[in-house]
Amino acid sequence: MRIELEKRGEQARFFAVASPFIAVGLMLVTGAILFALNGIDPLEGLFVYFVEPLTTVWSIEELLKKAAPLILIGAGLAVAYRANVWNIGAEGQLTIGAITGAAVPILFPDWQSPMVLVLMLALGVLGGMIYGAIPAILKVKFGANEILTSLMLVYVAQLLLDWVVRGPWRDPKGYNFPKSISFDGWQILPNLPGTHVHIGVVFALVAALVLAVLMRRTLKGYEVRVLGQTPRAGRFAGFAPNRMVLFVFLLSGGLAGLAGICEVAGTIGNLQPSVSPNYGFTAIIVAFLGRLDPIGAVFAGLLLAISYLGGEAAQVSLGISDKTARLFQGILLFYILACDTLILYRIRFVRPRRLKEGSAHGRA
Amino acid sequence: MGALEAVILTIITASTPLLLAAIGELVVERSGVLNLGVEGMMVVGAVAGFGAALTTGSVAIGVVAAMAAGMLMALLFGVLTLSLVANQVATGLALTLLGLGLSGLMGLSFVGHPGLRLPKLEVPYLSDLPFIGPILFRQDALVYLSIALVVAVSYVLFRTRIGLVVRAVGDNHGSAHALGYPVIRVRYACVAFGGACAGLAGGYLSLAYTPQWVENMTAGRGWIALALVVFSSWLPGRVLVGAYLFGAVTILGFYVQGMGVGIPAQFLSSLPYLVTIAALVVISKNRLLMRANTPACLGQSFVPDR
Repeated sequence: MRIELEKRGEQARFFAVASPFIAVGLMLVTGAILFALNGIDPLEGLFVYFVEPLTTVWSIEELLKKAAPLILIGAGLAVAYRANVWNIGAEGQLTIGAITGAAVPILFPDWQSPMVLVLMLALGVLGGMIYGAIPAILKVKFGANEILTSLMLVYVAQLLLDWVVRGPWRDPKGYNFPKSISFDGWQILPNLPGTHVHIGVVFALVAALVLAVLMRRTLKGYEVRVLGQTPRAGRFAGFAPNRMVLFVFLLSGGLAGLAGICEVAGTIGNLQPSVSPNYGFTAIIVAFLGRLDPIGAVFAGLLLAISYLGGEAAQVSLGISDKTARLFQGILLFYILACDTLILYRIRFVRPRRLKEGSAHGRA
Repeated sequence: MGALEAVILTIITASTPLLLAAIGELVVERSGVLNLGVEGMMVVGAVAGFGAALTTGSVAIGVVAAMAAGMLMALLFGVLTLSLVANQVATGLALTLLGLGLSGLMGLSFVGHPGLRLPKLEVPYLSDLPFIGPILFRQDALVYLSIALVVAVSYVLFRTRIGLVVRAVGDNHGSAHALGYPVIRVRYACVAFGGACAGLAGGYLSLAYTPQWVENMTAGRGWIALALVVFSSWLPGRVLVGAYLFGAVTILGFYVQGMGVGIPAQFLSSLPYLVTIAALVVISKNRLLMRANTPACLGQSFVPDR
């Protein structure tokens, strides 16, 4: 049997909306099968994974804290990928943002003022932007593939973080543990009134909204879409592809940097050898699940945050590794990409046709 | 054993996985497909090879399992990008994310187990020669295989009809299709070959380089292999040179570290990644060379019109 594709006359409206839902549905079915294969009641497994995180106030607060970085980064990446610019080094930009932002409380531990927090956030964004600018400049100036350079820089950033927390920035009173001093007062992101959720969540929502307006209502957004879909037409319209590469890298890098400093100043409270459970990579899935739309990224970010929490819960109550969460995330991205085919093509399964002798001419 | 001899031996072991993965990906890209999932296929190959060798007690079965695992992953990529024309960049990333998750799960029970090591093959008499004996004639089978693969790929791609078809498919899939060549099937075959090579490269890591399973043990080598293909401007001989250059840089970093020079270990560890970036910049700067050698249909989906 063979798969044949038939191009639709226009995009299928139904599948354009439904494809993420179909993908999530398929992932749930796959999850159920995997649970059953491991001798776990599939319904109980799915409940623990995807429903239980929504049942207590504590876990909803945790969910929002995990969703914040995913949305921040995912919304930025959505814009970059729309422009057909492949920043896959958000994890590195996040790490650098965490380092540059954390420099303020570590270098001036006794300074307490609202300015500290503002400066931390600004430096976090700036660090992410500068680090994101590197692959952009290498691409624009030298034509170096941004996928490979941005990814390589992730490893470099993680090694740099490892060095600062074990070397110059290690807490002298920290019993030799590889971590910086703990932040307090104005060095910590305040929580939303009456909750344990830091205001990074607000940043994430605002960023997604601003980017949605940018993409839908401004010339810049139009430029992103045109240069992403038909670079030739974009050049005729007078849009500069090189400036676009730099723009989306600065944007997505800055947001990743903001996510990094929010993690450090909000969730963790000091600098450690690892400041993110792969948020920068999971955000790639967020961007695609949200159909490369900033608002879509909000919902996708929430869903993937559930899978992080579900993974932790499953480890406790089902005794399965929390690594299943990463497997689920990978499977989900596959389903999303497969389902997106339905938007442009009709899929037919056909039996192999027997070719006539003459038509086999010229085969190797 | 002299110091220089030891250095060269470790360089060979460090370069072989890069070479295996890169030569496979070179064939894939020559057919016009960009599979960014090398890292994912490699890491699944590493865990499958390690696990199969450990449970069966046979390194040979481990090697075959590593190849098979890499190939299965590649076929998954093939179904999405070739049959369902999904975006190749995104699907490659998905393959890597899936591979890292899957291997972490598969390898849970292997963590901390000492594994089996691929035996060294000795060429009688020649291996007793001083200096060149151990370097040239006392290596494991995969080292020899990796060199043989470079020669074979180079020969097939540029001296045979099959190679001509592969390159035609990669340079102009429309014309190749019009001439009656099965574009999709050729690409499936190349993608599967690339997957087997990546799996083998992973197996080399867990069966020869460091015979153990550690999560994420590929540590970006799949990505370096991808960069090597660009660096080689899609020529097999240059992949060989590139892989050994990178291996040498990595190992020299270790030795400098061992000598107790006052450079933090993390900076030396980041050397391979920085060198990769530098190499990419240097080679990409030469836009004429890039334009001449890049497969023209690289990364483009093909839907035959019927």
